[in-house]
Amino acid sequence: MTWESEVLFAGTAQGTVLRFDKPISFWGGINPVTSAVTLAGHPQHGLTIADKILVIPSLIGSSSSSAIILELFYKKMAPKALILGNRDAILPVGVVVAKQMDWPTIPVVVLPDPPFQTGTKLHIDENGLISEFQPYTNS
Amino acid sequence: MYLSGFEKTILSGSTGQRGDQMALEIVAETARMLGAERLVEIESSHIDGCLYHGDSGVLFCEKLVTEGARIKVPTTTNVGALNLLKPDQTRLPPEQRKMAFRLMVAHEKMGCTPSWTCAPYQAGMRPTLGQQVAWGESNAVAFTNTVLGARTNRYGDFLDIACAISGRAPYYGLHKDENRIAEMLIDVSGLSPSLISTDAFFPVLGAMIGRLAGETVCVVDGMPKHATDDQLKALCAGAASTGAVALIHITGITPEAPDAATALGGLEPKEIIHITHDMVIEARNSLSLAKAGPIDSVALGSPHFSNEECRSLLTLANGQKFKVPVYICLGRHTLEQLEADNADKDLRNLGAEFVVDTCVVVTPILPESPGVMMTNSAKFAHYATGNTGHAPVFGTLFDCVKSAQAGHVIWDQGVWG
Repeated sequence: MTWESEVLFAGTAQGTVLRFDKPISFWGGINPVTSAVTLAGHPQHGLTIADKILVIPSLIGSSSSSAIILELFYKKMAPKALILGNRDAILPVGVVVAKQMDWPTIPVVVLPDPPFQTGTKLHIDENGLISEFQPYTNS
Repeated sequence: MYLSGFEKTILSGSTGQRGDQMALEIVAETARMLGAERLVEIESSHIDGCLYHGDSGVLFCEKLVTEGARIKVPTTTNVGALNLLKPDQTRLPPEQRKMAFRLMVAHEKMGCTPSWTCAPYQAGMRPTLGQQVAWGESNAVAFTNTVLGARTNRYGDFLDIACAISGRAPYYGLHKDENRIAEMLIDVSGLSPSLISTDAFFPVLGAMIGRLAGETVCVVDGMPKHATDDQLKALCAGAASTGAVALIHITGITPEAPDAATALGGLEPKEIIHITHDMVIEARNSLSLAKAGPIDSVALGSPHFSNEECRSLLTLANGQKFKVPVYICLGRHTLEQLEADNADKDLRNLGAEFVVDTCVVVTPILPESPGVMMTNSAKFAHYATGNTGHAPVFGTLFDCVKSAQAGHVIWDQGVWG
């Protein structure tokens, strides 16, 4: 099965989904050094977002969240991709600035009501086409 | 997206510095992501990105400086992580202190006016009705839209300085007429006239508006027509802390809202909320996590305390010293006004400690946590626990003074009727 998403920032990624089951502000909610969710009471509290395909159905937008995601790029603790439920510029601005710094960037796409659950393995292509994939195994 | 000929030459690198190109690339890219049809020229900017969140932001701003980026419109700075007059006041590790300082210096090098205040509108920066601006700091955004009638979205890290350098912002959201129309009506006419003109009502109403409206533009009907800047400052800060509020139409005060019908654009509101006395008391109580008993400090000045507020504090204290530290966060422009007649010395003699260029919820200044912090600011109350580990107690300025003198919470219930 595939889904066509809108590309905010183009790139390709392949990895495992971590879904935020409740909204979160990166500023005050994500530790920029460890990438762990620090917001007390959040369903994903204690999990790390590094190297995950992060699914964010809705975001609380502290504008300082741009700074937190840039710091994750700098510390090489960034997620592999962002799938946003709503069009939003706060996190993508951090990705745009990472590009200006010549640091590796990640794809950012918008898909309303993203259906992906934690643990699902996804591939995202340059055009925003999202597909499930089975990990290749050497048998 | 439409780009002017001039914008195209900056983006192509054929005009201007590499830093200009970087800034406009960020603004244009963001505008494209937001679905804006074009950019809008701005007349001023207020920068929130000078507060240290990590080394990456410092490296980015220093790269802008190196690449020749300079601001193109009058630009003020919000608080940094340090009191530059007293750097040891902040208990940051030395390495972070150094980086926080470098971030502030980089903004000065780009030509920003080093105001280091979250109340720039009380430091001479007052955009006028209809002006397009790009401001950061949630309370300043709300004040500019609500009280001054200038037009800004909530700009934050990196985009704020990129707008100041390019002199442009994405043309979307509150820059456009159609998005400034109120959709929710909040009616306070059922409250007693004495309550709605008391100082402490304003931050409480603000906290309620933030929770009720979230991102929705609302109109508040029934407020007194002669509210002070300090009262409106407290209201806007409360609303922008508990919700993503950027514009509140207050009838008779907001230049675009002579009456509710105008603010609503002649349409029926999608929702009407009548504020009751019980709702006010509940909202007030929600700002206190500690109830009564000893306090460890009093924190004032979020947004930064004004000259008038400092003098009210002095009058209320009436020469009686404080038993716990009283932190007054304020801009240097206000400290200079106090120094003119030695009011600063009088406040210090009572036991007040001045915090300039920064504030106690963005950098470690308060005594070691856990503790109990009393405040008359809804914004301090909202952020205290998460940012400082101190449990907030909310009260009037009178309550704060009496409690500081007693060392424990004293509440005067009289003003809440």
